[in-house]
Parts: sequence; structure tokens; C-alpha cells
Amino acid sequence: MENNTPAVLVLEDGTTFHGKAIGKIGTTTGEIAFNTGMTGYQEVFTDPSYFGQILIMTTAHIGNYGVHAEEVESDSMMIAGLVTKKFSPNFSRTSANGSLGDYMVQYERVGISDIDTRALVRHIRHKGAMNAIISSDNLDVDSLKAELATVPSMDGLELSSKVCTKEAYEVQPENPICKVSVVDFGIKKNIVRCLVERGAHVKVFPMDATLEELNSFNPDGYMLSNGPGDPGAMPASIELVKQIVNAGKPVFGICLGHQLLGLSQGLKTVKMFNGHRGINHPIKNLKTGKGEITSQNHGFVISKESLDANAAIELTHIHLNDNTVAGIALKDKPVFSVQYHPEASAGPHDSRYLFDQFITNIKSHKA
Amino acid sequence: MPKNNSIKSILIIGSGPIVIGQACEFDYSGSQASRSLREEGIEVTLINSNPATIMTDKVVADNVYLKPLEPESIVEILQNHKIDAVLPTMGGQTALNLAIKCDEMGIWEEHGVEIIGVDIKAIEITENREEFRLLMNKIGIPMAPQATATSFLEGKKIAQEFGFPLCIRASYTLGGAGASIVHDPQDFDNLLERGLQLSPIHEVMIDKALLGWKEFELELLRDSNDNVVIICSIENFDPMGIHTGDSITVAPAMTLSDTTFQKMRDMAIKMMRSIGNFAGGCNVQFAVSPDDQEEIIAIEINPRVSRSSALASKATGYPIAKIASKLAIGYHLDELQNQITKTTSALFEPTLDYVIVKIPRWNFNKFPGANRELGLQMKSVGEVMGIGRSFQEALQKACQSLEINRNGLGADGKELTNQSEILHSLERPSWNRLFHIYDAIKLGIPFKTIIEKTKIDFWFLKQIEDLIKLEQKIEKYHLENLPKELMFEAKQKGYADRQIAHLLRCLESEVSVKRHEMGIKRVYKLVDTCAAEFEAQTPYYYSTFEEENESTVSDKKKVVVLGSGPNRIGQGIEFDYSCVHGVLAAKECGYETIMINCNPETVSTDFDTADKLYFEPVFWEHIYDIIQHEKPEGVIVQLGGQTALKLAEKLERYGIKIIGTSFKALDLAEDRGRFSQALQKLNIPFPKYGVVESAEQALELSDELGFPLLVRPSYVLGGQKMKIVINKEELETHVVDIIGEMGSNQILLDHFLGGAIEAEADAICDGKDVYIIGIMQHIEPAGIHSGDSYAVLPPYNLGDFVMQQIEDITKKIAVELQTVGLINIQFAIKDDQVYVIEANPRASRTVPFIAKAYDEPYVNYATKVMLGEKKVKDFNFNPKKEGYAIKIPVFSYEKFPEVKKELGPEMKSTGEAIRFIKNLKDPYFTKIYAERNMHLSK
Repeated sequence: MENNTPAVLVLEDGTTFHGKAIGKIGTTTGEIAFNTGMTGYQEVFTDPSYFGQILIMTTAHIGNYGVHAEEVESDSMMIAGLVTKKFSPNFSRTSANGSLGDYMVQYERVGISDIDTRALVRHIRHKGAMNAIISSDNLDVDSLKAELATVPSMDGLELSSKVCTKEAYEVQPENPICKVSVVDFGIKKNIVRCLVERGAHVKVFPMDATLEELNSFNPDGYMLSNGPGDPGAMPASIELVKQIVNAGKPVFGICLGHQLLGLSQGLKTVKMFNGHRGINHPIKNLKTGKGEITSQNHGFVISKESLDANAAIELTHIHLNDNTVAGIALKDKPVFSVQYHPEASAGPHDSRYLFDQFITNIKSHKA
Repeated sequence: MPKNNSIKSILIIGSGPIVIGQACEFDYSGSQASRSLREEGIEVTLINSNPATIMTDKVVADNVYLKPLEPESIVEILQNHKIDAVLPTMGGQTALNLAIKCDEMGIWEEHGVEIIGVDIKAIEITENREEFRLLMNKIGIPMAPQATATSFLEGKKIAQEFGFPLCIRASYTLGGAGASIVHDPQDFDNLLERGLQLSPIHEVMIDKALLGWKEFELELLRDSNDNVVIICSIENFDPMGIHTGDSITVAPAMTLSDTTFQKMRDMAIKMMRSIGNFAGGCNVQFAVSPDDQEEIIAIEINPRVSRSSALASKATGYPIAKIASKLAIGYHLDELQNQITKTTSALFEPTLDYVIVKIPRWNFNKFPGANRELGLQMKSVGEVMGIGRSFQEALQKACQSLEINRNGLGADGKELTNQSEILHSLERPSWNRLFHIYDAIKLGIPFKTIIEKTKIDFWFLKQIEDLIKLEQKIEKYHLENLPKELMFEAKQKGYADRQIAHLLRCLESEVSVKRHEMGIKRVYKLVDTCAAEFEAQTPYYYSTFEEENESTVSDKKKVVVLGSGPNRIGQGIEFDYSCVHGVLAAKECGYETIMINCNPETVSTDFDTADKLYFEPVFWEHIYDIIQHEKPEGVIVQLGGQTALKLAEKLERYGIKIIGTSFKALDLAEDRGRFSQALQKLNIPFPKYGVVESAEQALELSDELGFPLLVRPSYVLGGQKMKIVINKEELETHVVDIIGEMGSNQILLDHFLGGAIEAEADAICDGKDVYIIGIMQHIEPAGIHSGDSYAVLPPYNLGDFVMQQIEDITKKIAVELQTVGLINIQFAIKDDQVYVIEANPRASRTVPFIAKAYDEPYVNYATKVMLGEKKVKDFNFNPKKEGYAIKIPVFSYEKFPEVKKELGPEMKSTGEAIRFIKNLKDPYFTKIYAERNMHLSK
């Protein structure tokens, strides 16, 4: 039944919201961000790219259809905390395994519901990204503010190492047609699924793997995964990506992987005032002129100026709302990447063709 | 690709008269389309036979043809104008059917007219159920097991193969006409025959009934570059088995996982791409199995804007018809702007941070003997939409919008407690099932039983149960000791002050005062398509109870226009026409205009009609709170029909200025006793009458008045429960019936002038001067409701003497009532003597008709008079008077085959058409004149 334990949310700038506790009773901190998707909360909460974030879901109801064992993007809940308008204690779905509330307790996640999420989003929209604290075991705003002051800014924070695999592992289709070495910066399970579905024999490596280790799998191409954190704080990974690109084989980067690819080629990344998080983001493919509705989750972006100044890299996709860089390709190599999530989950399947394109690149490179 | 510059002139086809299944949502889409195309410098020609529409206004289109929707009219237009393209997707199935007909006749080709927004092949495939099934099969989209029959024998064979229950759906019909679910093999023959008959090509699809599957709809837009976006997902609260137009629906989908939603999205896109290569809007319906398989089955696809797309536009803020029109002339989605934010792209999918609930509005009491059970064929006449920050709030607000004498869902002392009645209603749904679900849960009927009987998703039922639990908590308190948290929770969950007052056993006003003291106030949130991700420019608001209020009040002078709520018989699109013109006129006078309405089908609730739109119930509490917030100079009540008018008393009581005719005058006209005294004083004849409170008194009075008698409850709409009786026996029965059914204790008895001729006059008055805008004479003799009779403008056989009396009386009454604005007076004429039947100092059903026929903006003028900006003398009236205009009532009887097609004092028509004739030799006129007595009930 509905929980009436009070909870409080305090933002870095002192703004305070009072609501009801959801999930575990406790305190949590992180950078606050909002996601505008109306479906797919479980996929979002388990997406490693959200690691360490306090996430506001803007849709009015969360939890309605419970949780499902297969609708996960990693083996754990990744968000640091959850903020919602209405949190559903009941769920309705025959195939569900349980309620979202219990799931949050299981993964020890703290949340708050019944707050004016719309006012909160408008506030963040004006003030930009900042840290926040949610507590349901300490309602003293002053002490929460003090605790919040000790939380580091996401700027300059490397987080991939906290969520990527510790051991390399393989996933194999029935009839593999090629091999792909994946660097895991916080990979979503669906990226692996999308590759395997297309016949790729995949080996996923920890982010600190060396090029030699990646090559020991004899890959036909490399995949640079998504992940959390500031790409600028990952010099070793940038160096690794540079080596991968120089290997001359097809490369496909997604989200953080895309940013790292850009940085490795001399481009710059900048922190966005408000990131893109949702499953309704419009992208235009500049090569085909077609639009795509995409799933996105990023707070950093490749700077357009740095791209314009680089003759070796082509802009392939733009975000239609703010014209930010959404996809790039190296002009002389079969290397491309996108800022958004073609694997979706949650989100539309409009951009799955990029996986096909990667496999095509691999095939033609092999031939 | 930017717009196709070879298209300079476009013809838009309207949907004709309002019928069940095709209502004013197409006025909304047609108007939007026209404005959208004219923005692009395109000359727009519009054809529609429905005069009560905004789309047929000169403010909307360049050339307007109020002509029958027939190929002949199209040919006439094409001869008069160089038309480059026709857009047939804005006028429902009627427009598509006409476009197909003209195509078959080669009319488009002959005149070099391109069909845009759809291709004929697409229409044919989606309407021809057999072809559609084959196509879906080819592209791998699952459908329910089904087969088509073009003969009785074929149908029987299919039934034998599939087994019962079965669905029968007639091809090429509207609003599910001819569709039925057959549970019992015994009913099959009749229903099969009916379906075959109703289909213009005598074809039915018979499919295995997916009763109890969950039902969803997606609204799609596609451009000529094959970009497709999903504007809205809609979940039906009522599962498969009830027509979507008759289902309570919710957006966004509440119980759909992303996995299943994305599959559905892929299927919808695939389906739209498969039926042809066109740019425009499209609606796709799906069923999802409630088991762990979540199997998705396609039901149908409509390659045009629809009732659902109008709802989706209002639900999301994304103007589907407007954008679809731009796509039809070649634009790509990425070249257009999001119309709400004005900074982001139109190529995106709106996201909601609120919930909308749509509830249909039925009018079964107008169709005695009608089968009231809901099924595959649509029976509702209108709808309301509630917007809230939760499902519960939206649900309560929608219930408050219905105007069915309920204050919301529950907490009004009107619950049903008879268990067997409730169980029957759950299983055989009618208009009140939602209320009975509430009653069932409250009575403690187990969820298992409720789900078994209704198949409604557990999540929705839990939401209702939660409301009941809250009520039980509140009931333990009194107003004095109710904790603030409970008051706040109740308000957040959509409870009206009146409902809370019922629970606390006190007055609504006391609750209102108390909650304001507690600091619990309505705030207003924006419908912005993007869940606040971006700044929005469009002032489209709804209320809720939260922290931040986004509606900032300007320092301009403001006026509120009250809308007319859900469409129903007797109060339809005509009043929306008047409201929209009122808004436009007030804007011209420099006012900031504020519209309050809850009907998603209308032009008045378009976000760019008024300066500010509050999509709220036309319910006292909501209106009062908006007035408190905005502090307008006054409120216009005389344009929104009875809904708005009946709020006048409270406005007066709360010291809020009513713009135009005062409450006192409005009340005088409604109060039969005082009004008759006024007539007497002015020496104006009226039929003998009396007011009674029991059958006893009625019988007594009948001796004095003499039969026949017109019997009716006071204060009703569209002649509800009005009947002519010819003897004491009938009188007694009807009076008892009224008292029993309506609980009304004031019943009016009028001596009925048998054989009289009826006429009505509409006028504008500034309190001193009166201008009669038109007098219409009915074709049928007295006894048929004015809304149901054919009427002719100007009168066709009233002599000078009679006309003089009508004019004099109209002027006298208008001045006596100190009318400021519009007034309508109904007359009966017998032996050259004119009697007054009633006077309504407000915009009438006929005002739009006269405005269209005479080509003058009367509502605009009247509004300026109301606002005190102009006097009647200031206008240079110049009506275009050529020949006659006939008002043709249109009925929706095919939805109620069991109802007798007889007419009486109670209104039954759902819409009207206009037809111009040059003279009285016109064959159409002669025909209806000859048949004038045919449908008279008594």
C-alpha cells in the first residue's frame, strides 16, 4: 500500500521539496537529471550510463507495470535515487516479477514521490545540472545541505570503472559471421544483443583492457560502449581508442564511446547546460536526409566548433532540437559513432540500422 | 523537401452534418487545416453542408461552399475555381467516401486535381476488410482470425467455422455502424443481415471476438520523406468489445511496458508504410492479450485525421491536423517547428507529464427504447476530457465535466447499492459502468469478480479503490478537524469541494473557505508537448494542486468566455461556433480572451483560438478559481448554451460581472410565471399554461386549460421529457413519469396549439435598439422540437400581418428583458394570431445558420454589443438575401435501429445541414413540404 513515510529532496542551490519515501528508507546523493520517457523505467534505472544520478521521471506515473526479469540493461539498479510524481505501489502485468518498490528495496535505492516534478524540472531547466540529496531517514534540511556540500561535481568525474565488467566475457550467436571486441565503459545489455542478433561473436572487455588484449580475440571490428561520467576525465581510455582507430578496422561508438572517439581524434567535449534524457529525441541523418526518433542519455556532447575545425571528421547526424552533434564518421576509415542509443531499450527502434551498417563495414573490410 | 510550390489552391472537404461517429472533431481539423494552408499563401476552398461549423466561416477559408457533399457540388466548385489539389483527410469517412466517388467518376482527373494527404488506394485498402486482411498477412502483422462475407450464406459458413462469440463489422461504414458482437448463435442471422445491408458494398468482416483483450491506439504522422512519428499512445480503460468512441480512454498508455509499446510502434509504422505512399495523419488500433505473452494484434488503421487524433492533439498539444496539412503540401517534419515551443522540431514525439482521461457523453434518454448496451457500434454523442497530474485527478475532472448531475466519481450520495443490478451493469456495460465499478468496489465485490465481468485492468481498478479508501478516511472527520494532509490529498486526487462537503456533511462553500484558509489552492500547469524540457510559448493550461503556478496574470483587460461542455443532443457544435466568434470579437475589442471548456472535439479548445485556454470542467469550482486567479472584467455566459447560462446565478451571487444581458433578465425568461406576467403586461399572447407539482394538480388544471397539453419539467435542455398529451390518462402517466425519473417538482402544462405553424426569431439588442437578424418558419406543424424540424429562412408563407406581429413582439420582449446581446424567441401561429412559446436571451442553435445564410458575422456583432463597445445602430447590416435557406435536421437513427422514428417535442437530431434554394418551386422544398406530417408522433 501507499507509503506515508515523509522524505525530502534538497538541491545544491538549497531548493527543497517535500514528498513521500519510496524504496529503501535512507539517504542518497548524486547529480540530478530528468528523463522524459513515458515507458521503460526499468531499462532506464538499470542503464549503467545513469550510474550515480538522481533521476526525475517526468511522466506522471511510475511503477504501473512492475518489474520484469528480462527488461534490464545491467545486473543492478544504476541510478542513485529516484524522484517521481506518482509512484504506483500496485502493478499490473501478468509477466512481471514483482513491484518496482520491492525492487528498489532489493537494490537499496532511495527515492521520493508525490512532489511537483514539473516545477523541479523547470527549475533545473533554468539552473542547469547540479547535485542533490534525497533522504527519508533524516528530514533535517540543514544537515542534508551539509552532507550535499561534500558530494563532488560530476564534472571531471570518471565513473566507468565503477560499472564496467571486471572480467572479459563472450556472447556467441549460433552461426557467427564475424567477431567484435567490445570495450565496456558501462555497457547496456541491449548493445550486445543487437550485435549478436546480427551474427557477431562478441567479447566484452573491461575498460582498462589493452589493445593487445582486445586483439587477442582476433576481432573484425571494435565496439565502444556507452557509459557514465565525464569523458574528459578518461585519458587512458582516449589513448586506447586512438590505438583502436589506428588499427584500421571498423569501429562503432555509442554515447560515451562516441565522445571518447571524438576526443581521441582531437575533438573537444563540453558539458551541456541540460543534458538529453528521454526516448523522443529527434535526429536527422545528414547522409539520407531522414529523421529518427531516438533514445538519449547524455550530459556531455562533442563541441560543434571543434568538429567544424577538423577536416578529417564528418558530421553525420544532428539533434534537431538544438543542432548539437549527434553522429560523426572518420572520412578515411570505417569508423563512426553516435551520441544517442541505437540499441534503444527503452526507446524506439528507428536507429537499429546503425548496427547493420557496422556489420556491413566489417564484412566489406574483411572482403 | 520544402513545400510543393505548384499547389496554389486547395479544396478541403468537410464531414457534413453531425452524426454519431462523426462530430465536431472534424470542424476542428478542417479549421486547423485551412488556417495552416492559408499561412502558406494557399487559396483554400471549403465545402461542407454543415452551417454550424467554424470551418465554413469566411474567417477560415477563402471560398466557402455550403453545398451538399455530392459530386455535383464538387464539379460546380471545380468549374468556378482553379483547384490544384484536394485534401480529403480532414472530413472523416464522409469526405474520404466523396473523394473516392469523385475519383471513380474521373472528376479529379478531368479537372487536373491532385489528391493530397492520402492516396485513394490507401483508403480502399483500409476500408475493404478483405484486402486489408490480405495485406496485413503479407507484411506479417497478426490479426484476429477473420474472413469476409458478401452474402448471407457465406457469413453463416464462416460462423460455423469460427464459433461464437464473433464480431461482425460492415465495410465502409462510420462509427462502427452495422457492427456487433454476437454471443448467441440465435442473434447471428439478424445481425449478419443488418451488417450486410448497412455496408454500401454489402460486405462484412466476421472475426473471432477478442473480448477482454486490452485495447490501444496510436496516432501517427508521416511526411513524404517517409519519416514517421507517434504523436500519442492511448489506452482504453474499457477493453476490447466496446467501440473506441464509446470507451473511456487514457493517455499516455498506463499499463504498457516499453517492450510491448515499441513492438506496437514498429507495427504501426510498418502498417502505415504498407498502405501507400502518402503524407499525413493516421490512426492505428491494437489489441494486446492480457496474459504473459502480451501478444499484439492489429485491429484497424485509418489513414486520415479522426476523433482520436483530435483527442491526441488536445491531449498532447501537438496540432495533428495543422501539421498533417503542411505535410500534405510537401513539407518534411524536420522542416517544421514544434508549434508549442516554437524553438524545437516538429519531428519528435510528444511526452506528457500529466494524464488525460476522456469519457464519452451519451444521450440515451433521448432515444426511448434504444438498446443502451455498449458494443462495437458507437452510441455516444459527445465527449469530455479531464487533465490532471495523476490518473485519479484526470478521472475525477472528466466526471465533473460530464454534466450528468454527478459531482465527480463517487462522494455524491448517488451510489447504487443493489448488488445484482451492479453485477449486471459490469457485464453488460452502458453509459454508467464506470460509476458502477466504483459502487462495486465500495460494496466490497471482490476484484476477481469485477475483472471477470469487465476485463478492466487491475491497475485502473486499484486506482478507484484507492479513491474509496480515501473517502472512508475523510468521512471519519468533520470540517473543523479534517487534517490538512487529507484535504490536500483529496484535492490532488481530483475531488471537488462539493464531494468533500458530502463526505464531511457540510456545505461546498464551507469546504472552499476552509481549504483556502489551509492554503490549498489550484495552480495551473502548461500543456507543452515536452514535459517542461523546453520553454513553451503557448498558453494552454490545466489545473492541479501542487507547488508552482505557471499561469501568470497579465495586466490587460480580460474577459472569460464559458464554453458549452460536451456535445449532446440539443447542445452541439452551434454553441462552440458562437463561443469561438465571441472570443474573436472580444480580441478585436482589445480584450485578453480566456476560454474555459472541457470538450476536446472543439475549435474553442484549440490552443490558438483564445489568448488563454483553460482546459477545465465547465463546473462552478473550476470556473470560480480561474476567475479568482485571472480577475477578468466579466464573464460571457450567453454563448455557451445552457451549460454556461446555468452558471449565471452563481456568478451573480459571487459578485462576478456577467457581460451582456443581466442575470435578472436571464432568470426572468426562464421563470415561466414571471415571464408570462411580463407578456401579459406587454399585451403579448401566449398559450394558456400552468405550473403543477403533482399529477393530482395536473388533472385539475387540465380542465381549465383543455387538451391537447404540452407537458414538461421546468429548466430542461432540448425538450427533455417534453410530451404532448391528449387525455387525462396520458397526462397522469407522463406527470408521474417525470416526477419519478427526474425528481423534478415543477412541471409545466401548456395548452398546445394543435395545427399551429411554428416560427422563431433571432435578434441582437443593446438594451434599447433591436435588430432582427432572421426569422425562420418551420415546415412541420407545431409539436416537433424546433431542433428537429425543417425550417426555412426567411418564412415562406407567413403574411405581412403575421410577420409584423413577430417583429413587434420580438422587439418588445428584447427590450423588456433589457437584452444586451442575443435573443431567440419561439412562436406558434394560429389563425393569423402570433403566440409566444418561449424566449431565450442567449445565442441559439439557429444563429450560426442565419449568419451563414445571410453572410454576416452576427455573433461578432452581438459580442461587441455585450462588451459595450458598440450599439446596434453602429452596424451597417447588409444581409445577403437571395432565395431561401432550408435547415435540414439530421438524425443518427441507424445507430438505434430499435428506436421508432417519430418526432415530437423532445429533440432527437444530432446535426443539421443547410440547403439554398432559389424559389419555392424547388423540387427539394416541395418534397419535404409534402411530407411535413410524416414523422409527427401525435
